[in-house]
Amino acid sequence: MGEPLLRVEGLRTIFQTSKQVVTAVSGISYSVDAGETVGIVGESGSGKSVSMLAVMRLVPSPAGRITEGRIWFQGRNLLDLNPAEMRAVRGKDIAMIFQDPMTSLNPVLSIGKHLVEPLKLHLGLTTTQAKTRAVELLQMVGIPDAANRLNDYPHQFSGGMRQRVMIALGLSCNPKLLIADEPTTALDVTIQAQIIDLVKRLRREFGMSVIWITHDLGIVAGLVDRVIVMYASHVVETASVDDLYEDPRHPYTLGLLSAIPRLDAAERTRLTPIPGKPPDLSNPPKGCPFAPRCGFSTADCLSEKPTLREVAPGHFSMCHLELSKQAFISLREVRVNA
Amino acid sequence: MSAYLARRLFYSIAVVVGVSVAVFLITHQLGDPVRMLLPLEASEEQYQAARQQLGFNDPILVQFARFSVDAVRGDFGDSLWMDAPALPLVLERLPATFLLAGTSIIIALVLAVPLGIIAALKPRSLLDHVASLTALLGLSIADFWLGLMLIFIFPVSLGLFYTSGYGTWEHLVLPAVTLAARPLGRISQIVRSSVLDELDKNYVTAARARGLSEQATLLGHALRNAAIPIVTLTGFELTRLLAGFTVVVEAVFGWPGVGLLAVDAIERQDLPLLQADVFVVAMIVVVINLLIDLLYGALDPRIRY
Repeated sequence: MGEPLLRVEGLRTIFQTSKQVVTAVSGISYSVDAGETVGIVGESGSGKSVSMLAVMRLVPSPAGRITEGRIWFQGRNLLDLNPAEMRAVRGKDIAMIFQDPMTSLNPVLSIGKHLVEPLKLHLGLTTTQAKTRAVELLQMVGIPDAANRLNDYPHQFSGGMRQRVMIALGLSCNPKLLIADEPTTALDVTIQAQIIDLVKRLRREFGMSVIWITHDLGIVAGLVDRVIVMYASHVVETASVDDLYEDPRHPYTLGLLSAIPRLDAAERTRLTPIPGKPPDLSNPPKGCPFAPRCGFSTADCLSEKPTLREVAPGHFSMCHLELSKQAFISLREVRVNA
Repeated sequence: MSAYLARRLFYSIAVVVGVSVAVFLITHQLGDPVRMLLPLEASEEQYQAARQQLGFNDPILVQFARFSVDAVRGDFGDSLWMDAPALPLVLERLPATFLLAGTSIIIALVLAVPLGIIAALKPRSLLDHVASLTALLGLSIADFWLGLMLIFIFPVSLGLFYTSGYGTWEHLVLPAVTLAARPLGRISQIVRSSVLDELDKNYVTAARARGLSEQATLLGHALRNAAIPIVTLTGFELTRLLAGFTVVVEAVFGWPGVGLLAVDAIERQDLPLLQADVFVVAMIVVVINLLIDLLYGALDPRIRY
């Protein structure tokens, strides 16, 4: 196994206002291999989107900024690049698609204008070549009658079709990494499935890596190779998708999995929500960020922050208690019965 | 597009009809035009005869119909003051008015758009504060005072340009600069706020994520979305300049525009001339608003009324 495509080391991102400093990403590390699909899961405000904007160096400034870390992409630290070099990476090597396809497309520009722009910029195509390529891209993402739709505007497309356009736009310059920031959250369930199938097919055709950000563990199960779970600006667990679902090691992950409705569950089983709410990131707790909500926390958990440790081959968890899922469940039963 | 155009045209015609009714009612029904036409020593019989002869005893709808037909033919009667048909008197003032208003709005736009953009790119920076202060100064300064100061500085002290008159570009500079101050201030404020709004939107982040430069993002993406409020305000300021709000500055610089003509007509109780002036100004406003509506449609594909 050579160098991963993307390796993030100790990335810290803060947002500073006149009153307070919010740590959105607290020194996280992870990597994505070439051709791999990684899911980043976490609730709103867990830092998953900001950590990806940081990779693109698009954290909203001047309030937000990256204070520590390195982002290695193809042997270069992206944080060392000058603005022009960084622009050459954006859209060309790393592409990003966003949650809301309506607001992510410019309402006054035609779809054709959107598509032609990066093709001319990054690949140096002429306008005619770029238009031909734009039609191919639209056909590839399944837009019917693509040639006649280049001059249409975003509002003339449905939500699912707009997300297809966004995907075509993201893939236009054959990126090595596609970052998808909750691309199906704003869509109907049936359209979600279509978009996921589309991305599955295209990542094979393009041989690219995909980072899929979501707050829905259920969506990524059939899509990703590996899952990174984020909670309160930390990576709390990372494992292959099978290991994570079969043998979650972090109480937060276990909590997330218990909160997913299952068809194979016994009738009348209640979903188990996680009590409490995430900590205030302008004043983070001293110990484990999840300790105040964790059913298993000890005095140690409240006073000392655990590190992300390898608990099984390729399986990392940020928890003092190196317990298996089974141990957690027995522990919980003991508590309930007591 | 043609359906859109047809509908906008229909609205414009409706406005013209409304304006005609208003002009008719105000000038025919307020006060007594017949008494004004006759010399003071006219007898009651002469007065009644004149009323009858001029048609003022006819039902009001008949009078309005006659007024409308005349207005459509461009006949607003003769100016009492100049003793000539009223409409041509107004029309011959139009070039001066268009020249002054057009120059002012161009000066304002050329300065206001870059000023507003610079302020928006670095909010709360020193440049932003300087630009915002300039804008505030421009829109709050009294135009007649600014005009007098400019006269004092340039023609009086430096011997540049003229204190008043019309004819060469040197006559135009000072009144145009004076009138540009307010639109300059207001337009640069709206440029700043609408560009700031747009730069915060998702499509701008998405454009940057595709590797577009800040310049391409601003000029190719954000500015066109920011243009609608800018166009609205520019149109409003232009109609204001054309509709005679410039009268004080016209008076200061002796500029022969329609605003000054309207004031002269009022002072001399010259109703036909005033009617013609008001009607022409109303038509200009209608045409400009129609052009702005068409511009909206061209700028934003979602606008189809």
